[in-house]
Amino acid sequence: MKPVIKVKGMGKQYRIGGQQVPYQTLRESVSNTVRAPLKRFRRNGNRTIWALRDIDFEVQAGEVVGIIGRNGAGKSTLLKILSRITEPTTGRVELYGRVGSLLEVGTGFHPELTGRENIFLNGAILGMKRAEIQQKFDEIVAFAEVERFIDTPVKRYSSGMFFRLAFAVAAHLEPEILVVDEVLAVGDAGFQRKCLDQMKEVSQHGRTVLFVSHNMPAISRLCPRTVLLNEGKLLEDGPSNQVISTYLQSGLGTTAERKWPNLAKAPGNHIARLVAVRVRTEENEISEAIDIRRPVGIEMEFQVLKPGHVLVPNHKFFNEEGVTVFVASDPDPVWRRQPRAAGRYVSTAWIPGNFLAEGSIIVEAALSTFEPEMIHFDERDAVAFQVVDSRDGDSARGDYAGPMPGVVRPILDWTTQFDSNQQGDSRPVL
Amino acid sequence: MTPDNTAPVVATSAAVSSPASGGEDRVSLPDAPLVVIEPSRYWVALDLRGLWSYRELLYFLTWRDVKVRYKQTLLGAAWAVIQPLFTMIIFSLLFGRLAGIKSDDIPYPMFAYAGLLPWTFFSNAVTASGNSLVGSSTLITKIYFPRIIIPAAAVAAGLVDFVLAFLVLIPLMFYYGVSVTPRLIFLPLMVLLITFLALAIGMWMSALNVKYRDIRYALPFVIQLWMFASPIIYPASMLRGKLKIVLTLNPLTGIIENFRSALVGREMKWSSLAISAAITFVLFVWSAYAFKRMERTFADLV
Repeated sequence: MKPVIKVKGMGKQYRIGGQQVPYQTLRESVSNTVRAPLKRFRRNGNRTIWALRDIDFEVQAGEVVGIIGRNGAGKSTLLKILSRITEPTTGRVELYGRVGSLLEVGTGFHPELTGRENIFLNGAILGMKRAEIQQKFDEIVAFAEVERFIDTPVKRYSSGMFFRLAFAVAAHLEPEILVVDEVLAVGDAGFQRKCLDQMKEVSQHGRTVLFVSHNMPAISRLCPRTVLLNEGKLLEDGPSNQVISTYLQSGLGTTAERKWPNLAKAPGNHIARLVAVRVRTEENEISEAIDIRRPVGIEMEFQVLKPGHVLVPNHKFFNEEGVTVFVASDPDPVWRRQPRAAGRYVSTAWIPGNFLAEGSIIVEAALSTFEPEMIHFDERDAVAFQVVDSRDGDSARGDYAGPMPGVVRPILDWTTQFDSNQQGDSRPVL
Repeated sequence: MTPDNTAPVVATSAAVSSPASGGEDRVSLPDAPLVVIEPSRYWVALDLRGLWSYRELLYFLTWRDVKVRYKQTLLGAAWAVIQPLFTMIIFSLLFGRLAGIKSDDIPYPMFAYAGLLPWTFFSNAVTASGNSLVGSSTLITKIYFPRIIIPAAAVAAGLVDFVLAFLVLIPLMFYYGVSVTPRLIFLPLMVLLITFLALAIGMWMSALNVKYRDIRYALPFVIQLWMFASPIIYPASMLRGKLKIVLTLNPLTGIIENFRSALVGREMKWSSLAISAAITFVLFVWSAYAFKRMERTFADLV
């Protein structure tokens, strides 16, 4: 075995603010220079952040390595550097093979083109030669299960068909190093399994796979080794089960509180802006880990800047597969009619215990007006928490320890009737 | 999943794939790194070899642009002809008939169309490629390939329209009794030159557009002015003195004048062609380096 990826002292610096306003207009650029002519030459050390810092690791040929960490830990930046989309600020990366990157499925698909045309276009974008695409064409179509629609423009495809076709093209890439980012977050369970099998297949041919995901079961199933990133640094690198448990226990996995200290930059508009979102336990503590048996409160703090609007707080809840578990909005009849005065509001939605299934729940927080329809802010990954079953025997599991599918897990009222006189027909009547 | 004889392919230079051995296609790795990723220095190599290995992508992106442009349009590819043809008719009425502009003894409609043809290609190609990078932000942030392919494909797609519009010339030449001369062999050279000029301006603008979105608004305006500064409506011979010098420094002047000359068999104007070719070459090298230098920040900015 020899290393196929060597990363030494690699770091990537971004400018803060550059994230929100990535491009400037010429006028801004000129007026900034006029206003602060020396600023351009000053070292703007405090205005930058290190998305990645001092990253060192090696990957051997044929290894399948998982990369985990919470949002903003630097996972995507790492993949982008390895796939040459963006350049590191410091350090060096050596690649001893060609990289195929799969940061998003369906990149370069054009809705007006047919499935057949998109296979060729997307294949070329991903780096396949035309002859190779031709050779694999039937295989790709069969994998995607879209034979009948292959000459239909993909804009008429269902989202499932579109995704299957897009993944099928990508799955037939054969680089020495395959870099995959969270593409399994969509699609139905059956197809997800197919994708995971395909990736396993790839690694069995001596190819190296780097796999970023929030889906811990998929990571532990696919990758013997996992790298944990936190705030741009490599926190742990080792056997997957060990690293995953560090990750889950340290509470790095989710953010139970998110605050926007600068109101001017917070999500929202001139009517209302988001201040904070928190996940609270019954004891009023902010917590990332929620006991499956206990209620959990989603607290949304917002500032009303302009009075006179009826405002309805609402949330969407997703699980780690990206499935919408449910949506909820404050049904209070008073607030649904009464325009809000300017000021600070805190509204909390309580989800009962014994309702959600185990695993991650990602919360989207929004504030809407229904008439006329208006969305004041809509923060997609506002907060997240883990629903944990301590397995004491009094949850919906009972004493069962195996896997339990499903997006919710209520405790139902079970009734049992028993009639000892009916012993069944097979028994001879005396 | 794979037939044994498939070599792993993701285009970069230097193939390292091993052919099938036994039942599985194991990967053999080179001793020296295939790719080294480091922060790049100010002056960067153009990496023409890397570019060459992506030539199929250029073909597919061009093909996509052409294919998509006329999908769900009623007249389809006819639009490629309508634009220069109708402009020619209007110019002939306004400038040929009303203003009575002398057109070097070429019938004015013929004169105008022979100028509008390369001009329409140039202006469409520069506009399309100038906006191409910003319009491909999803590609740029998700997949690596030499970015120069994006503006290049936009220019190449314009060439297809050019060929269609060119077909109209044939009946026009018959009608005005213009005979073909051996000078026609210079025509491809003019097309090549204007393609490179369009690519030079287009890729420079597309890179600037990523950082300064003003380009999107400035470009159509500048192109409009550029048309009046080029010998399309009027012949270059009409201008005298300082205006003549300005016109000569416009790289389009030599190309369009000689395109016309090659087409209708007039005297080639070698000196103005040499100036245009030299300016085009300098512009092209400059834009290629400017593009390459800005390329590394595209994914962070777009």
